[in-house]
Amino acid sequence: MPGPVQSIERAAAILRLLAQGSGRLGLSEIANSLGLARGTAHGILRTLQMVGFVEQDEATGKYQLGAALLHLGTSYLDVNELRSRAINWADALAARSGEAVRIGTHLQGKLLVVHHVFRPDDTLQTLDVGVLLPMHATAMGKVLLAYDANAAAAVPDGDLEPFSRRTIRTTKELTRALSGIREVGWAADVEETTVGEASVAAPIRGYGGLVVGAMGISGPVERLCDPHNRPRPDLVTFVRDAARAVSRDLGAPRW
Amino acid sequence: MKSDARLTRREDTVAERYVMSIDQGTTSTRCILFDHGGRLVSVTQREHKQHFPRPGWVEHDATEIWRNLEQIGPKALAQAGIGSGEVAAVGIANQRETTVLWDRHTGIPVTRAVVWQDTRTDMLVEELARRPDAYIVEDLCGLHLATYFSAPTIRWLLDHTPGLRERADRGDVLFGTMESWLIWKLTGGPDGGVHVTDVTNASRTLLMNINNLSWDDTLLDFFGVPRAMLPEIRPSAQTYGVATRVMPGVRIAAALGDQQAALFGQTCFAVGEAKCTYGTGSFLLLNTGHEPIRSTHGLLTTVGYQIGDEPAVYAMEGSIAVTGALVQWFRDGLGLIGTAPEIETMARSVGDNGGCYIVPAFSGLFAPHWRSEARGIIVGLTSYITKGHLARAVLEATGWQTREVVDAMNADSGLDLRTLNVDGGMTANNLLMQFIADVLNVPVVRPMVAETVSLGAAYAAGLAVGYWPDLEGLRRNWHRAAQWLPAMDPALRAREYDNWQRAVERTFDWIKPHEE
Ligand SMILES: Nc1ncnc2c1ncn2[C@@H]1O[C@H](COP(=O)(O)OP(=O)(O)O)[C@@H](O)[C@H]1O
Ligand SMILES: [Mg+2]
Repeated sequence: MPGPVQSIERAAAILRLLAQGSGRLGLSEIANSLGLARGTAHGILRTLQMVGFVEQDEATGKYQLGAALLHLGTSYLDVNELRSRAINWADALAARSGEAVRIGTHLQGKLLVVHHVFRPDDTLQTLDVGVLLPMHATAMGKVLLAYDANAAAAVPDGDLEPFSRRTIRTTKELTRALSGIREVGWAADVEETTVGEASVAAPIRGYGGLVVGAMGISGPVERLCDPHNRPRPDLVTFVRDAARAVSRDLGAPRW
Repeated sequence: MKSDARLTRREDTVAERYVMSIDQGTTSTRCILFDHGGRLVSVTQREHKQHFPRPGWVEHDATEIWRNLEQIGPKALAQAGIGSGEVAAVGIANQRETTVLWDRHTGIPVTRAVVWQDTRTDMLVEELARRPDAYIVEDLCGLHLATYFSAPTIRWLLDHTPGLRERADRGDVLFGTMESWLIWKLTGGPDGGVHVTDVTNASRTLLMNINNLSWDDTLLDFFGVPRAMLPEIRPSAQTYGVATRVMPGVRIAAALGDQQAALFGQTCFAVGEAKCTYGTGSFLLLNTGHEPIRSTHGLLTTVGYQIGDEPAVYAMEGSIAVTGALVQWFRDGLGLIGTAPEIETMARSVGDNGGCYIVPAFSGLFAPHWRSEARGIIVGLTSYITKGHLARAVLEATGWQTREVVDAMNADSGLDLRTLNVDGGMTANNLLMQFIADVLNVPVVRPMVAETVSLGAAYAAGLAVGYWPDLEGLRRNWHRAAQWLPAMDPALRAREYDNWQRAVERTFDWIKPHEE
């Protein structure tokens, strides 16, 4: 087993230092206190700043603990912020695919719709932001189950609620489906929630690659799937590209 | 010869697959690439610093904004994986009225740019308004004499910067709004930079004659602004020059004030079509066709757009100075939220405003009141009020201010608005959009491209270079992305509007005459 990672140890020491006393320290003070070269301390501080654990005061240049660290126990990314940051790419996805777009996050065992873009055909449609959907029967929900350990932990053991003939019924079946999703990086639901309807979704990642939501399109099976009921590859690419663009804007590493 | 030209053009369209837009807004600068379907391909953005050196003063650093563009322009190309050779044209939309003065020989701004929200000219404006010939201003240019517009700012800077008037008279110092500044920089700056503005931006200076669309000597005289510093007025869509920097070789083919660009991006090409853009401030614009229509209810007459040599299209405008800026103040001034969208989360932590109202008369009140001496207030405070109620009051202020300008527009046009087309950064806020539908009692509709300002600038540039053939084609790109339907009890709406109006009255007459 490899030994401890030095830069993480140092980062932890910097956070401890900032958490003590007045809580505002300059670069030299931090470097001196920990016996680090200024360049080394600066590199670590910049990374901590990027992930929101440290903030730098513009006027004095001093460092302090960041808001993200103080809110570590609560929500990682505010859902309204997620919508704001994703809105341009969600629009573009709807325009490219010709289908309705939704963004969802996990909320107490359900999928919460946090953003919805109408199918671009100007027919009457109703915003369903705030609606809760089943996790195991939707493409977005399965994406979150595949990548978000907390979401997966909220699934009860045993039989799953069926919505159609095709809904995944057992946790065993679900586990297998999720590992398939992790392998390909996207999920589909073909008539698993509603007969005649399909959806395709991909993960949205934030800093460090943490999955913060899912983004997908939905529509009639005959438009989203080929004659063998498999999602059309061009649509899958649109969805994955859009989710990746949002992720990049949120600071996720490339993958 | 002729067939040759045609051949080249056909080859061009094969290679030139995108149009670029630059949206130089009040809070940030964005660069977006659009494809032929008007769909966003890449987007880069950078905020710039807001300077508040004294109460009522708001400044930007024009050089910082230029540097931001130098960064985000190439980044937008890289994100799309293309070179500037694949860009058919670039169009610019910009925060309007904000005044940049720079040295034509060095390319360095003379002072920080004075932002449209800045009220330093309030005493000057009051003095000018007392002159017996002050009535000519509104007659000639269609705007109210207010701190909001560029001419008083230019005059103030000439009066307060030693030696500046002489340099301006000699033509050594140039004036421009942000589009002029950026076009001049992009086309080479001191090395042959093109000094132009477009009709929509010129229509916001108080110096352009609204009927003949040229600088007006009577107005130049009235404000004491030398003609030598002014840019040439051009149509909104026309090739002004070719960029030598940032995106070398790309034609700069459009410029519009951001609000007019949004009108264009919403494809409000027909008389009677209107939109409201929710950013730092919010602006309702109504297409009035080829005639400048005068308001009797506190709206402005302005130019909507001018495509090439075609006659200009006019618009009536209800300007609201502070909407998103109030959210920003909540974030930066009070530190109650970390990001603007969090205001919705905080507002949803309570069910109503708890009896609290915020009237953000930070720059006085614009339409329909035009009270420069008003200042902001929070009323209805009791021990019951939490930050959640304040967050709600922040969002509701945007709703009620919209209601006021819509009422004015309905009164002026004699018609009732039937749906409100919206765009801009605040349209990501569902609670706010629902509230606007509720207080207007009409559906609120957001189009498929929330960055409508950018889309409008791209459309105009694309039209100018033949990337898009005509307006009808652009109209077909418009699609509804979201709609909010009114669901408020009429009695509650009436009661709340009454409270709002009483709150507004309490902001009046705060700044006393002749008090610095
Ligand atoms: N989700 C949101 N809720 C409320 N206000 C928002 C939200 N997102 C952005 N804003 C506000 O919108 C403004 C930015 O929008 P934008 O259209 O870019 O404005 P501008 O072009 O004037 O710079 C800021 O003032 C910000 O506070
Ligand atoms: Mg804008």
